[in-house]
Amino acid sequence: MTEELIIAGFGGQGVLLTGKLLCVAAMRQGKQVSHIPSYGAEMRGGTANCSVVISDEEIASPVIEKPSIVIALNGPSVAKFEPRVRPGGLLIWNSSLVKNPPTRKDLVLVSLDATDLSLSEGTERAANMAAIGALLKLKPGIVSVDAVEAALDEVISARNRKHNPVNLRILHAGFEKTHKVDAA
Amino acid sequence: MSEKVLMKGNEALAEAAVIAGCRHYFAYPITPQNEIPAYMSRRMPEVGGTFLQAESELAAISMVLGAAAGGVRAMTSSSSPGISLKQEGISYIAGSELPCVLVNIMRGGPGLGAIAGAQGDYFQATRGGGNGDYRTIVLAPGSAQELADFTIEAFDLADEYRMPVMILADGYIGQMSEPVVLPKPSGKSFEKPWALTGAKGRKKNIICSMKLIPDTALEEHNLRLQEKYDLITEKVHRVDTYMTDDADWLVVAYGTSARIARKAVDRLRGEGIKAGLFRPLTLWPFPEKELFEVGSKVQKILTVEMSLGQMVEDVKLTMNGEVEVDFHGRAGGAVPALDDIIERINGYERENHTHVQAS
Repeated sequence: MTEELIIAGFGGQGVLLTGKLLCVAAMRQGKQVSHIPSYGAEMRGGTANCSVVISDEEIASPVIEKPSIVIALNGPSVAKFEPRVRPGGLLIWNSSLVKNPPTRKDLVLVSLDATDLSLSEGTERAANMAAIGALLKLKPGIVSVDAVEAALDEVISARNRKHNPVNLRILHAGFEKTHKVDAA
Repeated sequence: MSEKVLMKGNEALAEAAVIAGCRHYFAYPITPQNEIPAYMSRRMPEVGGTFLQAESELAAISMVLGAAAGGVRAMTSSSSPGISLKQEGISYIAGSELPCVLVNIMRGGPGLGAIAGAQGDYFQATRGGGNGDYRTIVLAPGSAQELADFTIEAFDLADEYRMPVMILADGYIGQMSEPVVLPKPSGKSFEKPWALTGAKGRKKNIICSMKLIPDTALEEHNLRLQEKYDLITEKVHRVDTYMTDDADWLVVAYGTSARIARKAVDRLRGEGIKAGLFRPLTLWPFPEKELFEVGSKVQKILTVEMSLGQMVEDVKLTMNGEVEVDFHGRAGGAVPALDDIIERINGYERENHTHVQAS
């Protein structure tokens, strides 16, 4: 198993944290991982993304040309990364914010109202958790829900750990709301 | 501590420097290595060390010179244009025979360039960007783990040979987070009777890179440096080889380029094409003996770099016409595409097939 993910969204949507969380969880399950942020001339409120590779084998390249999975938390991320997903790949997109839905027929396209699920817990900042829930439902082989839950305590700073119960509820909401789909 | 932790390459390097006993770190910020000063600004006070954000790169490298002259382990880090600014100090440190560790997390150039990772500073690092006949040992890590491990070794090499040791990695290696097992201290210790520690009760030590008197002093100094460089050339080479035993086609690459090349080798092997990877871990001294041994058994060599052709010159010098050396490179922060490397080697295979049929 090798999955190459790009996670993208606005700065502040927790894109880098999402990548790190998946990496730590997968690492604790004995998998090989790499995580590299985009560190271009990004601005607050601009787009941010990170590339995550999770594999059973040693990771040769952390640089992803054609991701197998993209999580797009906003519209610009769909526009930027939909063309790059490899045929047959998975694109999870945030229907709460995205006004330009993806259209490719050769991908598994999964919409999730991630920001709304987050808002229902009183914050707009945890759409990433809902998206992780969707990912875990669709790709259970990457990492287990338990491992992500455990990783949350490791990755989130002590100062913010009090929000973890909320984070977990939103993650589970995303998990429950997502239905397994057949390959494209 | 032997537990795996997810660490950014830059932070793994910084913590390894602390583990190696570095308590003096001077730097001026620049992307993509800013995690190193950020980490040190927190960590150095915790271990009773000195973190100083200098007013400029020139000041930072001069502070390293001063600290090293005092006999302590000192380090500075920067990225390409910042390293250019440090060349004067590096030359002085080499001339003064002082040990220190320099880190260049490379970005695209020339000039201020841009902040994406690149490998365009190979010439500067291996030939010496400063004036005079001097050398710097150059280590080329390809992962967060190697950034940490090589940092431990860099301090030992610097102390052993009394010279600057550079860690040369592209921005992607510094920016990437990977599982890291933090290294242990090497346990080696080095006497520094030459250090400026206060001359009470002993003859005074003088550290200076200017040698005017007698007339022959500077040449003698250079010859002594050269003897040291010859010894290092003989003793310090590190390489990593992958699938080279039966290879027809050999890729030579370091850093991120080598990681992509390694994936290309896997794909090509999957198609039954015998590709292999030779990864120099020391860029100076360049591992000529090891490369010649592997390279002279293959049909063609492809050097892959994130520059428009720098290390390829060392590969050609090493092979000295024995085997054809081809080149593929991207520049300015672009990364070699996996498919391009595969296609290039597929091309060799096709060409070879045609030749065999024709003869």
